Amino acid sequence: MKPDGIDAWAILTLVCAAAVAAPLIGLPLSFAVAPGGLSEFSGLVPEAAGATVVLVVGVGAGTLLLGTALAALVSFCDFPGRGWIEWALVLPLAMPGYVFTLFALGLDVPGIRSSLGAVSVFTLVLYPYVYLLARAAFLAQSRTLLEAARGLGLSRRAAIVRVGLPLARPAILGGVALALMEALADFGTVNLLGVQTFTDAIYKVWFIAFDRDAAMQLATLLVSVTLALLVLERLARGRARYHQLAARGDLAPPVRLRGVAAAVAVVAPLALVGLVVAAPLAQLGVWSIESIREGLLAPEFATAARNSVLLAAMSALLVPLAAILLAYGARASRSRAAAGAARTATIGYGLPGSVVAVAVIVPLGWLERRIDGIAGTGLLLTGTVIGLFYAYLVRFLALAWGAVESSLTRIPRQLDEAARGLGADRLDVLARVHVPLMRTGMVTAALLVFVEVMKELPATLLLRPLDGDTLAIAVWQATTESLFETASLPALLIVLVGLLPVAAMIRLSGRRGAELEAAQATGAWAEELEERTVVPA
Amino acid sequence: MSDVRLSGVSKSFGPVQAVRDVTLDIERGELMAVLGPSGCGKTTLLRTIAGFERPDAGSVIVADEVVAGPGRFVPPERRRIGMVFQDYALFPHLTVTANVGFGLAARARDQRDRLTRRTLELVGLQHRADRYPHELSGGERQRVALARAMAPEPALVLLDEPFSSLDASLRSGLRREVELILRDAQATALLVTHDQEEALSLADRLAVMRDGRIVQVGGPEEVYVQPASRWAAQFVGDVNVLAGVAHGTGVETELGVFDLRMPASGSVHVAVRPEQLELRADHHGNAEVVAREFRGHDVLYRLRHEAGRVVLVQLPSLELHEVGARVFVRPAPSAVTTLVD
Repeated sequence: MKPDGIDAWAILTLVCAAAVAAPLIGLPLSFAVAPGGLSEFSGLVPEAAGATVVLVVGVGAGTLLLGTALAALVSFCDFPGRGWIEWALVLPLAMPGYVFTLFALGLDVPGIRSSLGAVSVFTLVLYPYVYLLARAAFLAQSRTLLEAARGLGLSRRAAIVRVGLPLARPAILGGVALALMEALADFGTVNLLGVQTFTDAIYKVWFIAFDRDAAMQLATLLVSVTLALLVLERLARGRARYHQLAARGDLAPPVRLRGVAAAVAVVAPLALVGLVVAAPLAQLGVWSIESIREGLLAPEFATAARNSVLLAAMSALLVPLAAILLAYGARASRSRAAAGAARTATIGYGLPGSVVAVAVIVPLGWLERRIDGIAGTGLLLTGTVIGLFYAYLVRFLALAWGAVESSLTRIPRQLDEAARGLGADRLDVLARVHVPLMRTGMVTAALLVFVEVMKELPATLLLRPLDGDTLAIAVWQATTESLFETASLPALLIVLVGLLPVAAMIRLSGRRGAELEAAQATGAWAEELEERTVVPA
Repeated sequence: MSDVRLSGVSKSFGPVQAVRDVTLDIERGELMAVLGPSGCGKTTLLRTIAGFERPDAGSVIVADEVVAGPGRFVPPERRRIGMVFQDYALFPHLTVTANVGFGLAARARDQRDRLTRRTLELVGLQHRADRYPHELSGGERQRVALARAMAPEPALVLLDEPFSSLDASLRSGLRREVELILRDAQATALLVTHDQEEALSLADRLAVMRDGRIVQVGGPEEVYVQPASRWAAQFVGDVNVLAGVAHGTGVETELGVFDLRMPASGSVHVAVRPEQLELRADHHGNAEVVAREFRGHDVLYRLRHEAGRVVLVQLPSLELHEVGARVFVRPAPSAVTTLVD
């Protein structure tokens, strides 16, 4: 029997998935192609491994403590201004590590150029991942469980420690895993601070030695570390079940803080957000004005700004479109293969930009030589923005897919059938039922991709065409040359754009359901990512 | 003439044979019900007719067009079949008017407006035209779903358990209303339900379905009074299945002699409905009341007969017998019974 699923949709989905996933699956092949490729750079690996261990331990501990403590504070305690402090604590999400590094370097903070400095920077800008997921988990806990614990003789604090925290453990660890993946993926911060991690090594091998095989092998190692983290996180859950049948709105009443405790509860989070967001913004503002007044702006600034906006806007259009195609194809064709393909296509997320760049260059280069042989087009793919778009697609497809898919799954299949029964073909169903119902999801997807592309540094750096500087590259370049004033205006622009989705998320949070949804769009693909990346048993 | 004809339709999901060799005709303007317990394949049958499932074998003809058959499969959007879904599946982003007009997109604007308005009037919802589905009551939603299915003037309207998500108190009123709307429009309709009372009271004919097969087709009285099998007798209402010995037009059982619809002889089983028995208080009677279910207009008694078996008797609630009372049970004067397996 031929299922009615194998059709144009399924094929489109499969092709799209293959295009996105193939380069990543091809990465480990580099070991087979050039077995001794890394021997030339044997010094880089131990150093990168050492730095990675320091980062994982330091950033893991730092975000775990900071994120969980802040989440517990706003979930279990009440104090003046809690409502907006709760959301102010999310703002550091908009601060890319390399921009904060620029701020710290510009102020000449002692000891910043070290592993410890990098750990501090990452902890400060990445704790919101843990904070958001832990907070959502705390808020989802039913008061019955905490009250049961108190009925069994625990104090309120003991109940939180012995019941509340363990229940939130998967969420907290999920947040830590996300923060660590971001830290491992980072290139700008570690490069500027002189910490030699894998991303830094990939950059050096690529640009200085121009050895693609070695770069691919380093990328493979980095991916293995990332995957290992996810597996560890999964193992840490053990066999316990954490799902609860909590009735919504049945929240544990928070403890009202008074006196010194209340003052600390207000001042500490504000100081933190002040340090991570307000102070850098103010300082960047001052430097920007100086740079304009004294003519220190890079001559390429206007081009870089234009490039950034164009790249981000094009990606914000293309990537969600591909995501819709995938998600919709998987839904419409109903075949298992298409659903699996859609999942496979989203493995790129959480992978470092440098890894993605290295991964896509090989198939692109191969294709380019074939086309060149026929049409004489030269570096059609790797020498133009096409390669860059491809990398963005691989890297950010999951982000857009998550937003689109979550709004698509909320559309019951019966609506499709109702529309079909009323004479709508599949395209009609898409245009007249799905698109109107998915509008929020699609706007979210476009916004997230726009912002991520604006911030993206490593893949852009490795794949940009010759004259293709972006704002992110301008920031990094000027900072490496200690031209902090010159770096400020582009940095400021990146942070301001980055505030958009965070602001949207806060605005949406007026509605309770939307809050979790928004948190999900920004942070909580954790679970999905996990499901997708866990090695088959 | 028949408007819808299924012949030999089968559909499996992996090893599960959901629909087996179903043949069924529905006349034009007829209201047909498919009655069966959950999991009997009735919804799959409905979805196969609608075109959401492709039959493995057999053919489906709607209004003289083969919509599914060997080498032929018309997609749902081109079948001219309207469907009312169990939970209505109204488009949440569209108003009542836009929902009802959804299937009319290809028509000219004035025709679309006219049909939409007329259908809304038919279901009595013209005053709700600009509301959104979430602003309607359950009953109103159902009428919108019905109007949406009927607006394109389909050859066949399918209703999938249309009353199951409504409160019991609303159900019977709406049932009548839906019936009137369908009859008013002279629509050919197929209703799927597991509720025998719904099927008996609503449909012109019903098809009783079990394990993917149709076991009986007939008018409500026929299916109730002359069940085709013991299972059908038990599924469509309460029944006593009694063993007896047939002598031509009569059958002798432990409760007495019943008339037989068709002459027979030898040892048989007959289906005796609870209302085909009567009882009177008698201290030396042949049975004892063990339970009593008071239902307002009538009462269902559960008796223990002296031969040991439990007997169901339904009587008007004029005279009540207490639990524990001795009674004498015997065939009602007009009781004509049917042989079952």
